[in-house]
Amino acid sequence: MIDQFVIPLLKILIVLNATLVGVTYMVLLERKVIAWAQSRLGPMRVGPYGVLQPVADAIKLMLKEDITPVKADRWVFTAAPIISMVPALIVYAVIPFGPTVRMFGRDVSLSITDINVGLLYVVSVASVGVYGIILAGYASNSKFPLLASLRASAQLISYEVAVTLTLVSVILMSGTLSMVGIVNAQYNSRVWFAFVQPLAFVIFFIGGLAETNRAPFDLPEAEQELTGGFHTEYSGMRFALFFLAEYANMIVVSSVATTLFFGGWLRPFPNVAALHFLDIVPSWTWFLIKSFVFLYIFIWVRATLPRYRYDQLMRLGWKVLIPLAIANLVVTGIVKVILT
Amino acid sequence: MFDTSELVINMGPQHPSTHGVLRVVLRLDGEKVVDADVIMGYLHRGIEKLSENRNWTQIILLTDRMDYVAAATSNVGYCETVEKLLQLEVPRRARYVRTILCELQRIASHCLWVGTHAMDIGAMTVFLYAFRERELILDLFEEFCGARLTYNSMRIGGLPLDIPPGWDKKVLEFCKIMDGKVDEYETLLTHNRIWLERTKGIGVISGAEATALGMCGPTLRGSGVARDVRKDEPYAAYDEMEFDVPIGTAGDTYDRYLVRMEEFRQSLRIIRQATEGLPEGPIVGKVPRLIKPAAGETYHAIESPKGELGYFIVSDGKSTNPYRFRVRPPSFCNLQALPRLVRGHLVADVVALIGSIDIVSGEVDR
Repeated sequence: MIDQFVIPLLKILIVLNATLVGVTYMVLLERKVIAWAQSRLGPMRVGPYGVLQPVADAIKLMLKEDITPVKADRWVFTAAPIISMVPALIVYAVIPFGPTVRMFGRDVSLSITDINVGLLYVVSVASVGVYGIILAGYASNSKFPLLASLRASAQLISYEVAVTLTLVSVILMSGTLSMVGIVNAQYNSRVWFAFVQPLAFVIFFIGGLAETNRAPFDLPEAEQELTGGFHTEYSGMRFALFFLAEYANMIVVSSVATTLFFGGWLRPFPNVAALHFLDIVPSWTWFLIKSFVFLYIFIWVRATLPRYRYDQLMRLGWKVLIPLAIANLVVTGIVKVILT
Repeated sequence: MFDTSELVINMGPQHPSTHGVLRVVLRLDGEKVVDADVIMGYLHRGIEKLSENRNWTQIILLTDRMDYVAAATSNVGYCETVEKLLQLEVPRRARYVRTILCELQRIASHCLWVGTHAMDIGAMTVFLYAFRERELILDLFEEFCGARLTYNSMRIGGLPLDIPPGWDKKVLEFCKIMDGKVDEYETLLTHNRIWLERTKGIGVISGAEATALGMCGPTLRGSGVARDVRKDEPYAAYDEMEFDVPIGTAGDTYDRYLVRMEEFRQSLRIIRQATEGLPEGPIVGKVPRLIKPAAGETYHAIESPKGELGYFIVSDGKSTNPYRFRVRPPSFCNLQALPRLVRGHLVADVVALIGSIDIVSGEVDR
């Protein structure tokens, strides 16, 4: 009873809340980091150094009037932000934050669940999120959002291909689709997959930037071109859902990158006995630190780079990343066959 | 059941990238621009007509409101035109200070341009860096004339006030800071792959065509035409200054960008020469108590940061205000080329091109 219901529910509760708080603080972090990059201070008024800014933002967004344009497709307009937000959250179900540990006299695994097609689950659920964007642009019945959602669908479909192909080479390395299994495979092979699959990692990260609509691939919401992009007509909490979904997706991509390429919860050099003192640090801390590095890079890139143009983005995806990913997959396969 | 049609969208007047209140009606085929229609006039305040009912000194204040990011340049242009009409000799010191102010203003205006242009293309950090330096220039202006945006910093025949003590040292100090900052902007943009892809080959226009469209300033020089009023018809103290006029070759957005970046450096060079060689002497020439030019007309142009800023003034010789006051605003002339430039490009290029021709709505509409 306890093992079947109470513990999983507790885990879901903790992960969901931690994620939502993480997402709101991610927004603050982004504002702060970009501010520092641009020689300003960022939010400073709410709480010391602006640490309570997310609370103020949340209150503001919830109290705002929620406008539905008269000519919008009411049902789709309401559903779109939800479709966008929900997949971003349920992906966390298979992300392992740590191995099985003993807590209060029970063996508890630090992931909500570990299904044997974990990676497939991540890929398929994450790609549902794009429907939110497409439907938002369609339902707004307005020209700029429509253009943006067309861009979004084209962009996500092309980069999905490249990203998924890199995942296949990781699967070839690990021999399993289970997220926990992939981390264990990295423990057994004594090396993080980023070092044996550097190309796959780079393509995955670039594709990740594109899939989360982050700079330099933030075309669907390019403020300077398409005003607000697909969420031009949205306001209040519905706008906030899109906003949060974007940040939740960033955390998903960082977590998946950590799990697949940087050994998940493993400490650096997990097989070197001389570094055993590092085991004092709980395993999930390593996971969080690694994910944080990726999130920081996400922000850093946004502060530095200009934006790609739509056709250049497609060219990069189809003519550079996908051929490279296929080549990488083929080489991985050949090497694998020769070695065994 | 299915058919295709062109999509007509309104870019502006409330759009983050149209630099003020400009409206561009785009006819799109997918994301490709088939045609563009520029609609302006949202910021029309009738400055030319107003000027016919103000006396000669009051008009200086109105010229501030045209190109409000380079108000001092507009002031200088107007004052020199009236001086030409009055055949008035301006003291050398005043001419030198005018040169310094004009060039400081050019840097301030280019800072705003590089910031917004980069922002339109998605590089947002440059914007704040450029504004940080623009702030230093505004501080210098504030010390000189008390205002930060609309300066009213000239008088017919010279300057309203001499420079404050120590001001010239601060200007030189600013030059030293600015040298490194221009390199900083270039580090972020000039060799950035994405920047190159976004600007190279975008909005290509040949020198002959650009001239035919009446384009001027850095936008024209990007197409390889070495037309610069400061060199061709020197005013203020430019005949005594040593500087180069950078020109581009390809006539695309990237070349226009490079030309302006080089102008930063040339402006600093001019400021240094003018500040170090600042002569002593009076700051106002022999101006009559009542300014009332003899009947006649004149045209005088200066090189504003945006291009050739000309004033055409007719005096009837009887009244204390101009009979006709007409401005040739560089932004307006450059804006004419926009539909030609954007045709065949994508929506994303439209904002890059609006940024590239560097317009200020206040000056376009007057």
